[in-house]
Amino acid sequence: MLKREGTRRGKKRHSRLPLLAQAGPVSLWMILFVTIPMLFIIYISFMTRGTFGGVEYVFSTDSYQTLLDVVYFKVIAKSFQVAVVTTVLCLLVGYPFAYYIARKPPEVASRLIMLIMIPFWTNSLMRLNAWMLLFQANGPVNHALMALGLTAEPIKFIYTDWLVMLGLITNMLPFAVLPMYSSIEKLQKSMLEASADLGAKPSVTFLRVTLPLTFPGIFSAIILTFIPALGIYTVTDMLGGGKVLYIGNIIKNQFGAIRNWPLGAALSVLLLAITALLIFIYMRFAKLEDMEVV
Amino acid sequence: MTKNKRLRRRKAARILSNLYAVLVYSVFYIPVAVMIVFSFNDAKRNYYWQGFTTEWYGKLFSFANTDLWDALLYSLIIAVLATLISVTIGVLGGIGLKKFEFRTKRFINMMIYVPIIVPEIVLAVAMLIIFMTVGIRLGMGTILIGHCTFCIPYAVVTIKGRITGDSETLQEASMDLGANRFQTFWRVTVPSIMPGILSSAFLAFTLSIDDVVMSNMLAGPSQSTLPVLILSLNRTGITPDVNALTTVMVALMVAGMLALNGVQRYLKKRENRLAAEAESKRSSAHAA
Repeated sequence: MLKREGTRRGKKRHSRLPLLAQAGPVSLWMILFVTIPMLFIIYISFMTRGTFGGVEYVFSTDSYQTLLDVVYFKVIAKSFQVAVVTTVLCLLVGYPFAYYIARKPPEVASRLIMLIMIPFWTNSLMRLNAWMLLFQANGPVNHALMALGLTAEPIKFIYTDWLVMLGLITNMLPFAVLPMYSSIEKLQKSMLEASADLGAKPSVTFLRVTLPLTFPGIFSAIILTFIPALGIYTVTDMLGGGKVLYIGNIIKNQFGAIRNWPLGAALSVLLLAITALLIFIYMRFAKLEDMEVV
Repeated sequence: MTKNKRLRRRKAARILSNLYAVLVYSVFYIPVAVMIVFSFNDAKRNYYWQGFTTEWYGKLFSFANTDLWDALLYSLIIAVLATLISVTIGVLGGIGLKKFEFRTKRFINMMIYVPIIVPEIVLAVAMLIIFMTVGIRLGMGTILIGHCTFCIPYAVVTIKGRITGDSETLQEASMDLGANRFQTFWRVTVPSIMPGILSSAFLAFTLSIDDVVMSNMLAGPSQSTLPVLILSLNRTGITPDVNALTTVMVALMVAGMLALNGVQRYLKKRENRLAAEAESKRSSAHAA
């Protein structure tokens, strides 16, 4: 018994070194800079706001009560509304687009995917700024609309929710397209043929075969667009001109001039909880490892 | 007649779907095109188009706007370091998490997905609180840690996707043939996942150089990265030399990607050739 224990331990030590060298750094990094900060932010969210900013380590649920305050609740509700609309539009625009690419031969499809990626090497803020330049009161879009006689006065696009939404959709769309593309691409052609052979109309085949089989891709797309859209603040800063406030802006502000850490932490925990919920649902029918994120 | 009709309908569908794709692509490319066009704008600040000039490129490369170049240099240093660190840790981690079984593996695997999925602002704020509480001074080090934290997961996922049953067999074969762990790692494992290493390096670099949220939250008071500078310039109006710089950067990125594609294609060709040679050797040995 004792001897067996000894040999087992010896063997283990022998095989431990490569494990530690390879899985060690990444595990340590993730625990130090992801797990611990995440746990700590939950802890901070239940603390009291310090008189001069920062935190007083006294338990309270003040920050969560503040979230129910009309002012904050409105912002949260609006962020949700915008994130939902963005996600739905990304899915509606992205699915046919992903389908289009997936039906091409692999060589062409990979080129087309590349073509999606290239614009994203342009600084994202400069791309947002470009929308601003296009939609200025005196900008090209308004000029064109007036020249066509569609409007007499320039339309005010900038600093509106619409422009923010446009910015969000154009920034998020690739993250919706890529996972849907890869699940459509994996779809067996024989399945569709079988459905057609059995007499199903194309629309029925789509609804009863294609859509259910590509659902994991669709749900990945939902996660990868909805959650970032909920937390993003650069788009609102660039296109909302500081006049349109979403959750992300409020969180950011708690760590700048306003300095209410527990409130910022509580809002972050809210976003974390929503993320966890969506991931939980996702993991009921697909593996996290199968989520196409790259 | 009906066949003709069906053909015509199919043709119309094809034209429509092509049109749709062009429309979506144009949504992606319009902002880039506008950004480039406005680098030639003859105006002090970019609000309206006021005429064509190439003067901004001259101004850019006279290095007079030191704020801009300092920010770019700072961003580049961080991006290069973040790429090196995150690819090293990510590659080792990808191999380790694929190869070994250990008690906390499921947990670590989940943690890998946290930075990918959770809104970046949440991660940035969480790290900021920890750094401030522990008393770590904000600056390049903290930005670097932030960038690595969201680059490592992408590297791990990319590498894990690259390691197939084949490469595991190859590693075993190498060990059986008497190579030690280091030789196997450098001469068998690394070459077999080289395309994955290259693409995760490229991804890490692009993510780091374009990052605003982490860089903004975790920056010290002295120097900001290029995207953070652009964010603050936005309030007063962006000068066209920033457009010029961004245009130059995009051009370099596209060139870099083409080069990377070339290298990856070369590696694949070489792999195929080596496999073919090994195959022919084996069959000739068999014949003898």
